[in-house]
Amino acid sequence: MHPFEYVRAKSVDEAIAVLAKHGERARPLAGGTDALVMARAGRWELDALVDIKHIPETNVLELGSSEFRLGSAVACYRVYEDEQVAAKFPGLVDSASIIGGIQIQSRAGLGGNLCNASPSGDGIGSLIVHTATCVIAGPNGTREVPAEDFCTGPGRSVLKDGEFLVEMKMPMPQKGFGAAYERFTPRNEMDIAVAGVASSVQLDGDTIVSARVALAAVGPTPILSSAGDFLAGKEATAENISAAAQAASGDASPISDMRGTAEQRIHLVGVLTRRTLERAVERARESN
Amino acid sequence: MVEKIRVRATLNGEPVDFLVAPYVSLLDTLRDELGLTGTKEGCNDGNCGACTVNLDGRIVDSCCVLGAEIDGSAVETIEGMAEPGKLHPLQQAFLEEAALQCGICTPGFLISAKALLDKEPHPSEDRIRFWLAGNLCRCTGYDKIVKAVQKAAESA
Repeated sequence: MHPFEYVRAKSVDEAIAVLAKHGERARPLAGGTDALVMARAGRWELDALVDIKHIPETNVLELGSSEFRLGSAVACYRVYEDEQVAAKFPGLVDSASIIGGIQIQSRAGLGGNLCNASPSGDGIGSLIVHTATCVIAGPNGTREVPAEDFCTGPGRSVLKDGEFLVEMKMPMPQKGFGAAYERFTPRNEMDIAVAGVASSVQLDGDTIVSARVALAAVGPTPILSSAGDFLAGKEATAENISAAAQAASGDASPISDMRGTAEQRIHLVGVLTRRTLERAVERARESN
Repeated sequence: MVEKIRVRATLNGEPVDFLVAPYVSLLDTLRDELGLTGTKEGCNDGNCGACTVNLDGRIVDSCCVLGAEIDGSAVETIEGMAEPGKLHPLQQAFLEEAALQCGICTPGFLISAKALLDKEPHPSEDRIRFWLAGNLCRCTGYDKIVKAVQKAAESA
């Protein structure tokens, strides 16, 4: 492993300064469950790792009146152990509780899961269906990117040299909102999704006002499916959900690999879209 | 040449003050700098849990933490588990139930299981299996480990 410096940044500006100085030879460090593995495997050759988890902004976990703020260094356990957050965001809990095992969830967070930009990231689809906005800080100031535009390829994102993800913001769920994530793996836990689907709906009575469906592990990036737009304005019936599942399958462009064939993945997207939409509708009806 | 970093932390209840190169994992820090070889290296990439330690009250894979990151923190390793002359009930139950063979995964399992029982004294079998999913054993097949954790929970 190439010897690198460790810098514990205390502020956003301090982190940017070190990241900008080293360019692609510096990376932010949050949970470290991807970054340290990449550095050790020689996939990244680094001069510095910048520890961002001692910066107040990256640790924010705040339910506001209209907006939920989730700092980029907030570990998974904080999402499901905070009773208020867990009650409002069961869809995020679905993701946070299956990213790695308990050890990983002590360190890794949804922010790092997003920045790692794996097509199979279990948290990315959930951020997309909660309409999360990513707040990125860099040498030229702060910019915001919708979660669905953050990943640009396997392991690649919109982050430029000197930039890092500070927090994610998403609208507070209103009455009639529900979301869910489910993946398919041969094991129950500690596994990488063969396919995964996150769904959310906003109901008004039995009508779906708007919906979002995001697909994991069936393309080079997580995919915002057309199934959500298809459902907008329709009744939340089994027939419409089945048709949406078919639309989602059509949006998948998977490869065949050791985890599963393309054909199996397309089938799984249909099944998981139906299941997560049904659960999202159920949660929407229970919401208040 | 990168300079070593000074780290002050609490290790198994005792204050420690040491120098470590910034790129060295907590696992290697414990084993090579601090001489505590009870924590084992398995996969060294965050999958197997052999290197599990307790960091500020939560279990972590010490291969995925830098030694430099623990400045100001409290770490508990397997060396801190037994009292002098007296095994922890989990250690005793692992012995009685033969919940180990080669022993490489055992310190990690014990640290993980202790964190669970400290938090939830009477977990269900499902809960034990889910909690221990981040610890892999290639010898025993898990049943004996789960039974040992259940036995320790009952004896508490």
